[in-house]
Amino acid sequence: MRSSMIIPILVVLVSPAISAAQEAGADPLQYSGPAWSPYLVGALIGVLTMLTLYFSNKPLGASTAYARVAGLIGKGVAPRHTQALKYYQDNKPVIDWEVMLVFGAIGGAFLAAWHGGELTGEWLPAMWEARFGEGSYALRIGVALAGGILMAFGARLAGGCTSGHGISGALQLSVGSWIALICFFVGGIATAMLMFRL
Amino acid sequence: MTTNSHITTDTKPTPPVQLALGLLFGIIFGFLLQKGGVAKYHVLVGVLLLEDFTVVKVMLTAITVGAVGVFAMHALGLVKLHVKPTRYAGNIVGGLIFGVGFGLLGYCPGTGAAALGQGNWDAIAGIAGLMIGSYLFAEASGWLDKTLMKVGDRGKLMLPELVGLRLPVFLVIFVPLLIAGLIVIDQVTRR
Repeated sequence: MRSSMIIPILVVLVSPAISAAQEAGADPLQYSGPAWSPYLVGALIGVLTMLTLYFSNKPLGASTAYARVAGLIGKGVAPRHTQALKYYQDNKPVIDWEVMLVFGAIGGAFLAAWHGGELTGEWLPAMWEARFGEGSYALRIGVALAGGILMAFGARLAGGCTSGHGISGALQLSVGSWIALICFFVGGIATAMLMFRL
Repeated sequence: MTTNSHITTDTKPTPPVQLALGLLFGIIFGFLLQKGGVAKYHVLVGVLLLEDFTVVKVMLTAITVGAVGVFAMHALGLVKLHVKPTRYAGNIVGGLIFGVGFGLLGYCPGTGAAALGQGNWDAIAGIAGLMIGSYLFAEASGWLDKTLMKVGDRGKLMLPELVGLRLPVFLVIFVPLLIAGLIVIDQVTRR
């Protein structure tokens, strides 16, 4: 009896708070979704992982490309210091297959967006502006920069990113990849909820 | 041109054919990421808010198709596996730090490149951050290799081994589970 009373009371108390948070935080579903079926795209990415292993003996992965390019820049600025670092002794800072993959991804996404009339050309995503205000350029750049720094550090510590662990590692049933993938989402969900729903 | 270079090691420079293949595969990857909607900020933040499940649908389908395809090709001797090493401390601590960064930036390393290609200029700040963060890790790598990375180092541990099943048996159970998960997600989500 009592519990049946509590639930409607809770709903009445909590629902204004939820709807207020929704208004302040912007709804992702009000913006455009994927152009193609996510199942078709996922299946084709699955086939792509087979092709990269067969033709290049490389699993799909993106994060180490940034480390190699950072190492190349480091080698230009401080060659001795960079070459002395353990990571760059194990992973030479060179233009390799993965660096080319990431360059290609920029071009491929451009072609897809151009083909679908989805080129944006903007500094602030609409959902960001709806939450953090129009013209919040400095905040966005600062948060994006900090996010990138943490993400790369975390990727190297974890041994991969959403592609390397989340797709290639997970599909090869690596235990570490599944753990990392779950942790990516735990950290990401907590952060996004704090940013958009509090 | 022949594809005779199946042996690529870190010490040898990548052959030009492989650099060109990397670029080609990257173009396909970026094209698919954009068409799948996962170069869009609101789609990526949407999954972290548990409101837009496009990312989950793309990833689980890729994992399902890729697992069947890659293990079939491996059984036929066509490909070598590249199983990522399991290091519990690194995977968990690094994974959580990655997640916080992912939430802040709203793009991951692969989709960030795709976001830039699509014209989301804020991805430039993210990419600059990715390079700074990589270099900072390299600065700490000597110490981390001797400490955190050694904790819970289990080598190339795979899920079938963990649960004590042979690979084919595991796949016969796991692949239908992934498909069932996809069907449920498709039924209960709006996007």
